[in-house]
Amino acid sequence: MTKIKSLAELKLKKEELEKKLNLREKSNEPDKYIQIKVGMATSGIASGAKVVMDFLIEELNKRGIDAVVTQTGDMGYCYAEPTIEVKRPGEDPIVFGYVDLKKADEIIEKYLKNGELVEGIIPVNYESIDE
Amino acid sequence: MAQQIKMHLLVCGGTGCRASESDQIQASLEHELKVHGLENEAKVVTTGCFGFCEKGPIVKVIPDNTFYVQVKPGDAREIVEEHVIKGRKVERLLYTDPENKEHVADSKHMGFYRKQIRIALRNCGFIDPENVDEYLARDGYQALGKVLSEMTPEDAIKIIKDSGLRGRGGGGFPTGLKWEITRKSVAEKKYVVCNADEGDPGAFMDRSILEGDPHVVLEAMAICGFAIGADAGLIYIRAEYPLAIKRLKIAIDQARNYGLLGNDILGTGFNFDIELRYGAGAFVCGEETALIHSMEGSRGEPTFKPPFPSVEGYLGKPTNVNNVETFANIPPIINKGSEWFAAIGTARAKGTKVFALAGKINNVGLIEVPMGTTLREVIFEIGGGIKDGKKFKAVQTGGPSGGCLTEKHLDIPIEYDTLIAAGSMMGSGGMIVMDEDDCMVSVAKYYLDFTVEESCGKCSPCRIGNKRLHEILETITKGQGTMEDLSKLKNLSHVIKDTSLCGLGQTSPNPVLSTMENFWDEYISHVVDKKCTSGVCKSLMRYVIIPENCIGCMACARNCPVNCITGERKQVHFIDQDTCIKCGTCLEKCKFNAIAII
Repeated sequence: MTKIKSLAELKLKKEELEKKLNLREKSNEPDKYIQIKVGMATSGIASGAKVVMDFLIEELNKRGIDAVVTQTGDMGYCYAEPTIEVKRPGEDPIVFGYVDLKKADEIIEKYLKNGELVEGIIPVNYESIDE
Repeated sequence: MAQQIKMHLLVCGGTGCRASESDQIQASLEHELKVHGLENEAKVVTTGCFGFCEKGPIVKVIPDNTFYVQVKPGDAREIVEEHVIKGRKVERLLYTDPENKEHVADSKHMGFYRKQIRIALRNCGFIDPENVDEYLARDGYQALGKVLSEMTPEDAIKIIKDSGLRGRGGGGFPTGLKWEITRKSVAEKKYVVCNADEGDPGAFMDRSILEGDPHVVLEAMAICGFAIGADAGLIYIRAEYPLAIKRLKIAIDQARNYGLLGNDILGTGFNFDIELRYGAGAFVCGEETALIHSMEGSRGEPTFKPPFPSVEGYLGKPTNVNNVETFANIPPIINKGSEWFAAIGTARAKGTKVFALAGKINNVGLIEVPMGTTLREVIFEIGGGIKDGKKFKAVQTGGPSGGCLTEKHLDIPIEYDTLIAAGSMMGSGGMIVMDEDDCMVSVAKYYLDFTVEESCGKCSPCRIGNKRLHEILETITKGQGTMEDLSKLKNLSHVIKDTSLCGLGQTSPNPVLSTMENFWDEYISHVVDKKCTSGVCKSLMRYVIIPENCIGCMACARNCPVNCITGERKQVHFIDQDTCIKCGTCLEKCKFNAIAII
């Protein structure tokens, strides 16, 4: 370990290290951030949900959008896999179906950044009991 | 695309969960992740105590905050295969709300955490205590950097004074004032001492902080060193805290490697280093003068104050002694300002207090609440109420130096002064809850057992007086007490309080006085009626057969371990009182309510 030689260096070090704890910091106050749940049941994984999830995490990071990406079980829309549920702070969650990488990119650029809705929304036909 | 870590599995590595194999859980989780090729996607992190010790070992999954309780090493595969791979929570390991019997999926929705504010415990259960980088990522050592680069020692002392922080070890002395006095003592060498000699029965606040966030104490000690003008710090810790000692040693090494301890810290020319000193676990060594003598290699005996350690302490030099929890509050106060801290709590007591909940309470564990929270909120909301639906009787705060508070005190706000006014004290933060089955005379005797054992013997009021108190209590619980004994008990208690040398003796009669004050009728029934209503004092109990209910089934006689029950089949039985050992087996075995305790 190299020594930290000044307060400025200590601050730089903190900035470098805090990325690694980002996941935990955000989960401490999830309601402040965009929350994305990726349906990762067998049908979801088979249609590429895992690739989509990795893409989302990587791209959100690159594009500087703070979001909590978690995986969830089967959402019941097996016909429209991969599906993701997106919740912007203070808004109701919206479920998108047939999310491939292109669609994921569109969701990030339009919905996450500007709140602009994009094609592929699945009307919510149930209420989640854990809310 | 490079794989990203998208999940953290936090495993509690506190002493409590360790004792229930949490280290094996961690190993199993790591193994399962490897087997499934997920080691680049999910990471296992050992943290400090989550506080919810009742249901340990705890595993918390991030980012969805899933809180798994009572996890066993064998559950690792299911957690990985179901939760990590498929995103399905393992229902059977979730915490069940005792009220509505529903699973609580994440910690945000648990009653245990809802009322808590975590300052001293903010990193416990969040970071890996053996990894300085995680501490640095959470503003670690920023307060030290700020103080060294941007403040004078007087500035730092002013912030602590303005914050209103008072000692968390028991005394409640204003921390900033203590620093100021030590700063003003002129000497070529001064010391900062951290008192980690946590000795109250049932208390584990300091241990948890040291195990879960050791760097915060090191950082605070260095800040204190700068403020008072000391370059040496000593942590006095009991040898019976091996995990805390191990993590402190690792933390000290890491801090030295980064140059956050040692010479010329952060290029400011300030030197400060810390060493450990081990105690043998004597209660009296939590008293600061006794602690200092023990560190010097002498007997752990207190000496008369003044001179106070801030004027003449370790090796005769000015020494600032603060407790672990007090130190844990320092870096957040420097970082966020004295106004921020002073806004938490009440007018007379600022900030938060950590309590260790123990006894007949549903959620045994470690909590941190703002000053001014009521005992009712702590016991019934956070603590989840009394075990097995029994009735609350008393709560003991302040350990062997404190007192018992009752139903009528439940709504007083927790502050230093209100607790003293109610006949107890804040103490270091142990809180032992008692229910209707507890005999208060026996509780007082239990604490006296402890004090008699722990008295150092230097002054006679404590050495002899406490022994006599204990003997009188023994007589009463045996049913041989008289009214004269009760008045002796009271008199002697006051004499011991008034004439003992140190805090141990000055407070040791408190459990007796407060139980006499609040449960006088229990003392009376022991002495006059020769009865222990809670059924604890065996000498005062008699098991008898109610002839009307006894059908002569012989179940009691067959199960009696000393064969003291006689009677023919279908005839009323009889218990021989001389042989009976009052074990209660007959009462348990009788299906016809034919056995009574009188």
